[in-house]
Amino acid sequence: MAHEAVIRIEGLTRTYTTGSTAVQALRGVDLQVMRGEMLAIMGASGSGKSTLMNLLGCLDSPTSGNYWLDGVRVDGLGRNQLAEIRNTRIGFVFQGFNLLSRTSALDNVELPLLYSHRGLKVDRRQVALEALRSVGLADRVDHEPSELSGGQQQRVAIARALVMQPAILLADEPTGNLDSRTSLEVMALFQDLNAKGVTILLVTHEHDIAECATRVVELRDGHILRDEPVTPRRDAARQLALLPEIGA
Amino acid sequence: MKTLLLVRIAVRSILKNKMRTLLTMLGIIIGVAAVIVMVAVGQGARLQIQQRIDKLGSNLVVVTPGASRSGGVNMGAGSSNRLTLDDYEALKRESMWLSSISPMIVAPAHVVGGSGNWRVAVMGVSTDYSRIRSWNVSSGRHFDETEERAMRKVAVLGQTVVDNLFPEGDPVGQTIQLRDVPFEIVGVLERKGQTAEGRDMDDVILAPWTTVRTRLAGRMYIPQILGSTDSKADIPAAQQEMKAILRESHGLASYDEDDFTLKNQSELAETAQGATEVMTMLLAAIAGISLLVGGIGIMNIMLVSVTERTREIGIRMAIGARGRDVMVQFLIESIVMSLIGGALGVAAGFGGAALLEKLSGWGTVITPQLVALALGFSATVGIFFGFYPARKAAALDPIQALRHE
Ligand SMILES: Nc1ncnc2c1ncn2[C@@H]1O[C@H](COP(=O)(O)OP(=O)(O)OP(=O)(O)O)[C@@H](O)[C@H]1O
Ligand SMILES: [Mg+2]
Repeated sequence: MAHEAVIRIEGLTRTYTTGSTAVQALRGVDLQVMRGEMLAIMGASGSGKSTLMNLLGCLDSPTSGNYWLDGVRVDGLGRNQLAEIRNTRIGFVFQGFNLLSRTSALDNVELPLLYSHRGLKVDRRQVALEALRSVGLADRVDHEPSELSGGQQQRVAIARALVMQPAILLADEPTGNLDSRTSLEVMALFQDLNAKGVTILLVTHEHDIAECATRVVELRDGHILRDEPVTPRRDAARQLALLPEIGA
Repeated sequence: MKTLLLVRIAVRSILKNKMRTLLTMLGIIIGVAAVIVMVAVGQGARLQIQQRIDKLGSNLVVVTPGASRSGGVNMGAGSSNRLTLDDYEALKRESMWLSSISPMIVAPAHVVGGSGNWRVAVMGVSTDYSRIRSWNVSSGRHFDETEERAMRKVAVLGQTVVDNLFPEGDPVGQTIQLRDVPFEIVGVLERKGQTAEGRDMDDVILAPWTTVRTRLAGRMYIPQILGSTDSKADIPAAQQEMKAILRESHGLASYDEDDFTLKNQSELAETAQGATEVMTMLLAAIAGISLLVGGIGIMNIMLVSVTERTREIGIRMAIGARGRDVMVQFLIESIVMSLIGGALGVAAGFGGAALLEKLSGWGTVITPQLVALALGFSATVGIFFGFYPARKAAALDPIQALRHE
């Protein structure tokens, strides 16, 4: 079973030092995530969820501790290798979207392809369009972020994370800005991806969102407080079908 | 391959940020244009002076009285600090290198003739003078050697004199009175224009020096003896020889310093250029300041966009751009902007110089080196300040770049 751990971290710490004060955002986190799992990370605000996600997403480096991705140590890898991992193996949805301003949704989604060799081989616009369609935004391709609602921006960010078809999807509060219906749509999408083998880690404050995952981890003050499987798992697609049609 | 994608990214970014692009390019345009106009004016002035010096004649050597060192006027035995006709005759007799030689006796005179009268410097010269100065007649002829030897009262008029005394037409064959002595006009000189100092070279009457010496003597001095050689290569030898002859003629002892000055054409040019040197330096300084201001403009815009760009870089890196990709993109952006801005700046510089020439009448000269210099500097500033923030941001962790305020 140990071979199947897509993500394994041991004693991970992250200390932010600003001037003379040091904030210990993570104080030694151990975690294993198996292939095909869908993990929900919960915890109060400031408990270190985003910090953990950034480390897992290879966006930031830990102060101490080890991180194996697919059995390979990634802490200590060079910047270019980390960039490659971010580009091809991990899709990341930021808490604050982080879309390029004054850039159309399609161009935003296309962006990861421009930094990959795959981008040379495929019809980039078609692939990007496909990703946008999968999040239900096919009719907003030419809109810039400022012309999109929060939920729509969120979905552009998700499409961008999916466009490279990564094996791992990290999402920091992907439903934080969405109403319950759109949240369910996103979760249905995630569950669908998860069913296709994508390992998903998502941060959420909402219990019913967490119940869509297969396992819940709760952080408090940089420690893992709780780590247990979800039973029974909520089926977002089924729930969605039960909701009354809008405008009907 | 992948670079192609980076070019696409860069071009897209330039087009997306039209205002920033325009402002950056404006700095480059102004910098390049200002330098080109300023230096073009300076170089134009130099060229004009050079042309005026060239008008003096070719392969020229000029003897003037007095030592060249202003502080060291030598009053030793036999030294007169003057040039005499004996000097001229000694040079004419003994020099082997000079192919032509002429004294210049200046006799200020009152001229009466034609429609009125005029004050003019009558110059007594030899028949060689026209060859030395490459100064032909526009009508009539120069006086010849027979007339020189016979001290004939013949005169060749400069255009300014003709303009003032004979506005109606060709005066050749008519008579004028110089200090009440009648002279026959045998020719009219071509128009020569102004000297480097702005003196009118056409306000002159030429006559055989022999005639001037005997007929117009009195207040008379010899400011110059002019000589010329057949080729430029002969000039140093000729100068050395002239020096020896003149020292001998002046009876200078070996320890005496020269009481005359020999200058060839390029030395004359240097003297004249000395004055414009200051102006050229001044213009260059102004140009430098313009370039600096342009550079600071470019720098400001680049730095102002850093915040936005740092976040942008963070986003790009977060989705897989390597530091190198980001830097290449920014480098391409900067180069493209600098090139377009530089090209527009060169165009504006040419336009500005042409306009200035038209409005002020100053000559302007734009050399390829000048264009290269102006372009080079602005492009360097543009590329450096475009690239610098990218370099800085690309060295950050993506998450740091994303958090950048
Ligand atoms: N760049 C930083 N510099 C200093 N302190 C930081 C930085 N980023 C986060 N922190 C601190 O680290 C702690 C954990 O922050 P983190 O963003 O991981 O919390 P979170 O669990 O994601 O909270 P939220 O639910 O509000 O998003 C907080 O106390 C925060 O103040
Ligand atoms: Mg957070």
